[in-house]
Amino acid sequence: MHELPVAESILSIVLKHAEEAQATQITDLNIVIGQLASVIDDSVQFYWDILSKDTIAEGAQLHFQRVPTQMLCLDCNHAYKPADGEMACPLCDGVLIKILKGEEFYLDSIEIKTEDEE
Amino acid sequence: MTKKVSVVEKILSANDQLAVENRSRLDEAGVFAINIMASPGAGKTSLIEQTLPRLSEKFRVAVVDGDIATSIDADRASEAGALAAIQINTGGNCHLDAVMLKQALDQLDLKDFDLLLVENVGNLVCPSNFPLGTHKSILVASVPEGDDKPYKYPGMYRGVDALIINKIDLMPYIPFKMDYFRRGVEILNAGLITFPISCTTQEGVDEWINWIIENVEDK
Repeated sequence: MHELPVAESILSIVLKHAEEAQATQITDLNIVIGQLASVIDDSVQFYWDILSKDTIAEGAQLHFQRVPTQMLCLDCNHAYKPADGEMACPLCDGVLIKILKGEEFYLDSIEIKTEDEE
Repeated sequence: MTKKVSVVEKILSANDQLAVENRSRLDEAGVFAINIMASPGAGKTSLIEQTLPRLSEKFRVAVVDGDIATSIDADRASEAGALAAIQINTGGNCHLDAVMLKQALDQLDLKDFDLLLVENVGNLVCPSNFPLGTHKSILVASVPEGDDKPYKYPGMYRGVDALIINKIDLMPYIPFKMDYFRRGVEILNAGLITFPISCTTQEGVDEWINWIIENVEDK
């Protein structure tokens, strides 16, 4: 269970950026999570709703963009998505691999309202 | 109308920042720290029990123990020869984070120690996302857990500096394909230093101890 500390971290990052942008309300959060870094599930929204109460982020919707794992075989240069229970290169069986995608875990952007737009 | 603001900030950057501060504090005091991670039952505490008596003549060792609610592990570390054993009850949290380690460091007079062993909460998912600021992170895998763990919990195998494969004395009784296991590890963490050991028969423990001694002395 660490959805709570994750929600706390997200809130502090969001409020900092919203203040810099002079936001009056935060409506949406776009979060990128790689398959290999799958540390949270959608229940983070539940903690978010409690934590963001009485802030300008209250009611904001969390959107999760899940990034599938992508590996690159350094022997034959083949890029592939590993199968369950097997990560070696499906073409040449190589094990010298670079992980191209799947380790992301960051807040990409937020959607805000500002005073002059209201 | 809403406006999109680009952020692109790591969600756990606050933890990472505090981990850097923990590291500086350890460095200033000359303490070498190792974060020990594993699933529940892999043998973290048994490993610490095997390790402490072999190091206590050479180094002054402190242990920080993360546990959801009890102090059983810290008690075992004290009995095995830790000069100090700090228990952190995480109150239900599934991992230690840099704030918890900071609070433990506050309770230690760091200049009185050469080596700090941090026993993380038993968990194969979360601890790898929360660096603590230790110099090395190690993972204790064990034969009865099964040979598919690198494939199922790749995140844990990615960032560690050494891997212990515990309970190798059980190999004859369990269908654990060592080649399949090691192949997954190699893909995720090429060249990872690996110690097959048994805390029960003590096979392989000396190699692990030598690795610690070399690291502490090279610091």
